[in-house]
Amino acid sequence: MNILVCVSKTPDTTAKVDFIGDAKKYNEEGKQFIMNPYDEWYALVRAMELKESNGGEVTIINVGPASNDPILRKGLAIGADKAIRVDAEDTDAFFVASQIAAYAVDNGFDLIFCGKETIDYNGSLVGSMVAELLNQPFISYASKMEYTDGTAIVNRDIEGGIEVLKLKTPFVLSAAKGLAEQRIPNMRGIMMAKRKPLDVIPAVDAGSGLSIEKFELPADKGSVKMVDPNDMDELVRLLHEEAKII
Amino acid sequence: MSSSKTDKFQYHDYYVIDELLDENHLLARQAVRDWVKQEVSPIIEEYSDKAECPTHLFKGLAEIGAFGPSLPEKYGCGGMDEIAYGIIMQELERGDSGIRSMASVQGSLVMYPIYKFGTEEHRKKYLPKLASGELIGCFGLTEPDFGSNPAGMITNIKDDGDAYILNGAKMWITNSPVADIAVVWGRDEVGKVRGMIVEMDWPGVSAPEIKGKWSLRASVTGELVFEDVRVPKTHMLEVRGLKGPLSCLSKARYGIAWGAVGAALDCYDSALRYSLERIQFDKPIGQFQLTQKKLAEMITEITKAQLLNWRLGTLANNGKVTPAQISMAKRNNVAIALDIAREARQIHGGMGITNEYPVMRHMMNLETVLTYEGTHDIHLLITGHDVTGLNAFK
Repeated sequence: MNILVCVSKTPDTTAKVDFIGDAKKYNEEGKQFIMNPYDEWYALVRAMELKESNGGEVTIINVGPASNDPILRKGLAIGADKAIRVDAEDTDAFFVASQIAAYAVDNGFDLIFCGKETIDYNGSLVGSMVAELLNQPFISYASKMEYTDGTAIVNRDIEGGIEVLKLKTPFVLSAAKGLAEQRIPNMRGIMMAKRKPLDVIPAVDAGSGLSIEKFELPADKGSVKMVDPNDMDELVRLLHEEAKII
Repeated sequence: MSSSKTDKFQYHDYYVIDELLDENHLLARQAVRDWVKQEVSPIIEEYSDKAECPTHLFKGLAEIGAFGPSLPEKYGCGGMDEIAYGIIMQELERGDSGIRSMASVQGSLVMYPIYKFGTEEHRKKYLPKLASGELIGCFGLTEPDFGSNPAGMITNIKDDGDAYILNGAKMWITNSPVADIAVVWGRDEVGKVRGMIVEMDWPGVSAPEIKGKWSLRASVTGELVFEDVRVPKTHMLEVRGLKGPLSCLSKARYGIAWGAVGAALDCYDSALRYSLERIQFDKPIGQFQLTQKKLAEMITEITKAQLLNWRLGTLANNGKVTPAQISMAKRNNVAIALDIAREARQIHGGMGITNEYPVMRHMMNLETVLTYEGTHDIHLLITGHDVTGLNAFK
């Protein structure tokens, strides 16, 4: 079975958030970047497990500039067989989904995995768009997936419980916590990654007309005010007059 | 206030030395750091407190490829370069010197001599199992009465047909109580130092544990006692003289030079964070000049040591590194790490002596690292010998 895993580059969780260019662009200067954890820990690792039990090949794909190559190399070190980088700025979800769909159409995959969202923009869009573009079913927030002979049983986390779905491949799935467990690449994997193909392909035309107007940071959290537990009047006054929430 | 219970370590690279490293080095570093944060940091204080070796970590160390990472892939090893090996040791010691010791003994002192001086049969038999952690090894050179002067060793072998009869005792042997095999050095009947692979379940071999250590408490240390042990001649390594064990020590000391920087980084990182959070006289203590002096000197020494390691690694990759160059780096980096641990302890105030923070554990560990694998003073005399051509040992 051949699986395509979509991987994104995101700032490290400890990276400072600031913007440049009239607050239209995240400031990447001096920041550490990682593979989006939902893509790495759950989507890619579950794909590896499926490959290990069913055979086939795992391909990872990223849309972005050459500075994203370390992310792909890490995916190869974890065990993916080959990597594709669509050489273009990942301007918006539709553009990215169009690139992935175009590659998937030409190469035919039994499954396409992505993380449930990236930890920076939290869009949760690319997976569903890829599915739509490929005219395939889409399952979001998958926390468990079993596969036998072309049929999958997938658990989706829903409010207050779990939805269990059954469907045939091909389909697109977005991975949530629980789908697999993080795998740390080992030294042999890192060395083997150097010998695996990382192909750079040009982008297809897919303008969405969408552009970012600006980013805004949330207002600073105010200092904490301590209120005497016996002074309810003061608490009500503060909530009414200062916090203006009652 | 942050504590070591959640490992908040962030790397410090003041001179952007990462630009001198390649993709593999950075991937290896992140992988080992992730592993340490996941497997070592949550348990290390407890094991150190109990003076117990977390032996379950041998398997994890093997899985990430920390055993013999720079030996060839065909023996189940990593096939990486010397800088990658150094970086792995740095990240392990960032967690704990004892964990790094577990890996450097296995890789540099057991797998390396088997690779370098063993027969092809030895390599095939032992290296894949040592790399996978199926076998644990130890290294027997130091004796109760011969530490800095290994040439005086009294452990000896006597020819007995198709075997040698081994007698003697070794001391301060990391991993010996849990080891399956030992690379042992002893004199033959003509006085030459010979190396051999001893299996620990052979009759006459024992490895009593050394208790009561205030340092490397999460690492197991023991003796090796040999009483008329019959060592088949097929188990002898193909090297004669002290150059055999000393070349292994050069490998291990190289790893220690990198490892010590890991411990220093952890102490500095903890002290820096604490100094920004701890308020005294209505401001963070990091705003006081005396705290800044400590922090500035720490990062300066760390940066110098990182540059030393990078250059040492480059020389090692090119096959040009000398044992004396390794001595200089080992001596310097362990000394600065110990100073940094002590200064970091002061910045943490009273909290610094508790296991809420890693600094006192690192400090106590580094007291061992300062004198094992060649003492601080002996390494100085090696540099002295190297620059003057005059041997101060004799």
